[in-house]
Amino acid sequence: MADIPSDAPQHCPGTASEQAGKTSACQGCPNQNLCSSGATKAPDPAIEEIAEKMLTVKHKILVLSGKGGVGKSTFSAHLAHALASDATKEVALLDVDICGPSIPRIMGLEGEQVAGLSLCLSPRYVEDNLAVMSIGFLLSSPDDAVIWRGPKKNGMIKQFLRDVDWGELDYLIVDTPPGTSDEHLSIVQYLSSARIDGAVIITTPQEVSLQDVRKEIRFCQKVQLPIIGVVENMSGFVCPKCKNTSQIFPPTTGGAERMCEEMNLTLLGRVPLDPRIGKSCDEGKSFLTEVPDSPAAAAYHSIVQSIQAYCLSHVTREESAG
Amino acid sequence: VERWVMMLQGGNLAQVQHVVLILSGKGGVGKSTLTTELALALRHSGKKVGILDVDLCGPSIPRMLSVGKPEVHQCDLGWVPVYTDAQKSLALMSIGFLLEDPDEAVVWRGPKKTALIGQFVSDVAWGELDVLLVDTPPGTSDEHLAVLENLKKQHKVDGAILITTPQAVSTGDVRREITFCKKTGLRILGIVENMSGFVCPHCSECSNIFSKGGGEELAKLTGSVYLGSVPLDPLLTTSIEEGKDFIQTFPDSATFSAINSIAQTLLTSIQNP
Repeated sequence: MADIPSDAPQHCPGTASEQAGKTSACQGCPNQNLCSSGATKAPDPAIEEIAEKMLTVKHKILVLSGKGGVGKSTFSAHLAHALASDATKEVALLDVDICGPSIPRIMGLEGEQVAGLSLCLSPRYVEDNLAVMSIGFLLSSPDDAVIWRGPKKNGMIKQFLRDVDWGELDYLIVDTPPGTSDEHLSIVQYLSSARIDGAVIITTPQEVSLQDVRKEIRFCQKVQLPIIGVVENMSGFVCPKCKNTSQIFPPTTGGAERMCEEMNLTLLGRVPLDPRIGKSCDEGKSFLTEVPDSPAAAAYHSIVQSIQAYCLSHVTREESAG
Repeated sequence: VERWVMMLQGGNLAQVQHVVLILSGKGGVGKSTLTTELALALRHSGKKVGILDVDLCGPSIPRMLSVGKPEVHQCDLGWVPVYTDAQKSLALMSIGFLLEDPDEAVVWRGPKKTALIGQFVSDVAWGELDVLLVDTPPGTSDEHLAVLENLKKQHKVDGAILITTPQAVSTGDVRREITFCKKTGLRILGIVENMSGFVCPHCSECSNIFSKGGGEELAKLTGSVYLGSVPLDPLLTTSIEEGKDFIQTFPDSATFSAINSIAQTLLTSIQNP
């Protein structure tokens, strides 16, 4: 973890970094001696604090992809809606895409910023049992850019996990940005003492996407994050006029199915392209309630059921292991 | 002797006429695809082009240009870029070339990414280029700050093209990227709307899969130039997948025409600032 003290210079590597106190940026920083002595590299107490907080959260699911624009946020949002359709379940959606927070719009919570209360970390509620948290809520204008380097992003993620009053939850879904960098390392590290059920990996069928997704899978294996399965999104488009299917993002190397075979992963399902999905997201509505009879909605429901089954069997295994 | 003089005086970008960043706040809108296609279009019109791929976590350009996994060599002036052809009309540098295993994840935090990008900007021996296109990952973070800071040290940034898809979820992120440009003093050369409608190859019906009109609206809203739109074309996505030159295989397509028009407008814009 890399923390940035408030009096640190611009290129502070973070107090817990191996470079702490030693980089050229550290010259003149009041913390330099402390950092270079190694005192700041003790395990971050936040990890235990977060683990404590997470005791009231039954299931934690990360939604990942090495590739951008494959539908992580869309999927996260609809997973949250689907799980929350059971009124007896408490669900929360945490958006850790600090630079490109799409979740507020997709969940119909744009404009929910509380002006002047930028430290306010209360989640916003879409339904009584569906809470959402995103840096988008802390920005006062849609043009505000969050131009932060890694260490500052990590600090925000720590706050989201430790300081947001999540309460008792059945499911916490974490939507991530594309890549394998600060945000991903931080989420995994901060949750390292709290059990993560697993990751759902989103991809589109083409090799340009799979190429990046394989790296994400390797990342998961490296950090010992279990993978619940893979969702192939934008899997074919059925023309509304002539009903022929086109492969807009062609699976030239066998798509997610072959990748799953090769990497011994579960293919949770395929979701076709449907222009009404994008429209629902833009309007902040749930596609599952707007167009319940579409093939895409059916695909989502089937995938959600598989994820629920995985989470429940996971608990059973843990309980019987004592 | 001349090369040494050049290096001492101006560094490895001294003989690069123009540098353009390809940005988007949003992932998956086609930055790498359009960087590749614009490079090919510019080359097609006789320019010497380079591509610097600073997407360290997801370097897509090597596959799109079908260069495989070449060995990267050093010369006196630094790294030698990989050329896609014997005429050296299109040069490329990507972290993809430095990885032993193509599936290996680059799991680096910001400071390490910043350091490598600094090297990429100053230590690649580009030689003479008309245009250097810089492909970036989505966001407004370490990579973007690093590439901009390092380019500015050599006084070499003409501006940025921003890519979006039509829908609000995309333009919402690109608005933030526009703010990034304004805050960092980076000239916005224009906005391109990608995945702008899909024409069914069976019946020619046009479907707006990712909504409609957002790119042009965004340009109006932010006072930016609208460079044009590129349709969703499975022939293009297949071509990119296979690392083929779309311009050679489909020179008469509407898609090529759209891309070429954007390339020419870009060229005019940077040659006459």
